[in-house]
Amino acid sequence: MMNKLIFGRYVPGNSVVHRMDPRAKLLLSFYFIGIIFIANSWLTYLVLFAFTLAAIYLSGVKWSFFINGVKPLIWLILFTVVLQVLFSAGGGHVYFQWGIITISQSGLINGVYIFCRFVLIIFMSTLLTLTTPPLELSDAIEYILMPLKVVHFPVYEVALMLSIALRFVPTLMDETEKIMNAQRARGVDFGEGNIFQQMRAVVPLLIPLFVSSFNRAEDLATAMEARGYQGGEGRSKFRILKWQMRDTWATISFAVLTVALILLRA
Amino acid sequence: MSSIIDVEHLNYRYPQQAADELTLRDISFTVAPGEWVAIVGHNGSGKSTLAKNLNGLLAPAAGTITVDGQVLSEETVWDIRTKIGMVFQNPDNQFVGATVADDVAFSLENQGIPRDEMLKRVAAALKQVDMQDFATREPARLSGGQKQRVALAGMIAAQPQILILDEATSMLDPRGRQEVLATIRQMKAASALTVLSITHDIDEAASANRVLVINDGELKEEGTPAEIFQHGEELIKMGLDMPYAERLKAALKRQGMQVPATYLTEKGMADWLWQLRSNK
Repeated sequence: MMNKLIFGRYVPGNSVVHRMDPRAKLLLSFYFIGIIFIANSWLTYLVLFAFTLAAIYLSGVKWSFFINGVKPLIWLILFTVVLQVLFSAGGGHVYFQWGIITISQSGLINGVYIFCRFVLIIFMSTLLTLTTPPLELSDAIEYILMPLKVVHFPVYEVALMLSIALRFVPTLMDETEKIMNAQRARGVDFGEGNIFQQMRAVVPLLIPLFVSSFNRAEDLATAMEARGYQGGEGRSKFRILKWQMRDTWATISFAVLTVALILLRA
Repeated sequence: MSSIIDVEHLNYRYPQQAADELTLRDISFTVAPGEWVAIVGHNGSGKSTLAKNLNGLLAPAAGTITVDGQVLSEETVWDIRTKIGMVFQNPDNQFVGATVADDVAFSLENQGIPRDEMLKRVAAALKQVDMQDFATREPARLSGGQKQRVALAGMIAAQPQILILDEATSMLDPRGRQEVLATIRQMKAASALTVLSITHDIDEAASANRVLVINDGELKEEGTPAEIFQHGEELIKMGLDMPYAERLKAALKRQGMQVPATYLTEKGMADWLWQLRSNK
């Protein structure tokens, strides 16, 4: 289950979006979240949706993945929307009023806008994680953090830590599974009883997991040292990122989108 | 200079040990270039500690270690580590890279080797251990034997003169063990590699030119595998595992049972046990 949460996310493929530079994808995704707030009319949201759906279409990933991306957050979104609808004392026609609760025309419209914003952000970030392997994302983060080297932030080390953490997630998942089975064999029942009993059952799971993680860390440190690791300075890089024409085009299309939004804004 | 490793009067004490307790006591031996030396001994006899002293992962209390003409010291330790490749016991806990190719390249990255050269060496090394089709795989999708072969590919790419195997096959299934040993034999044939293998496995010890027996931190015996294996049952005391079927046979014999004198595989042993009653 957990495995699906983290690693089932990347959908291998060979589309234009898959082949984009992860730095471009990461930065443009963040940029997208920023420019969503320029939109303030039906037309601008329509443009944003058209743009997002076009990007999804280019990635060749099935629509259902994106719908599934929204599902876990649907209650949070609806909660926010309901708050917006009930408590915004905006202008326009007032349909209903009772105490501090006001349902107005502008409140309803704002609610729909917020819903659209959530969906757009989720679609775009889902697109990023579905088309970019975690390792490439960590490379992109390393590159983006590079300027922090000026203030002696250990960028290489952090990037290596990130990639080692990613590499050990499946290993620790396996280990958890093994420990759970060992505990089950001794009569522990996971997933039964009330919430407190379930939480109690997790404790004998966590302790062996922690102990073995520390042992692994020590072994790994020894192996790294034996293989000549002396810190990030002076290392060459095996994986490199290449900025290509398609990344430039993607950036240009985002610039065009920004201009369009500013012009169409009400 | 005829020896590639020269250990003289090595003493080692872990920081938490008292002054008169030593994990390694007065160990001296030499290894000739291209030789395959097996180090056997009980758990806790100090074999792994010895291996970690050789490339400076641990610092000796007394004695000198000379590797390829360089005396091990704080100045030479990084040089010496490029000459010694070390493969450890747990296949998972030494896999640094997020993919097979990344892991093979790790030592090369540490040495600051240019990327073009790295690409060539990584591809060649993976080919040599027959893992070229797995280059972009993640370690979670490999078997233990495959992971150890990737570790060996990492060594091949870094081109060390000495390979130390610290119980590198002990966590593998019989098939993985055979694959890894075959790869090591083939590596040895391809270059003048010196191999030091710390092991409980009788097959691995039998592949060596020479066997060193360590007990309680001291070098007890040294000889060719044939000389050492003559000890029979005493091998167990030295820390070598007799094959499981042989141990079971010995135990049954002590119970006064008639057992076949010929060597049995595990399957042969199981068949014999099945039929034990009905044949009577």
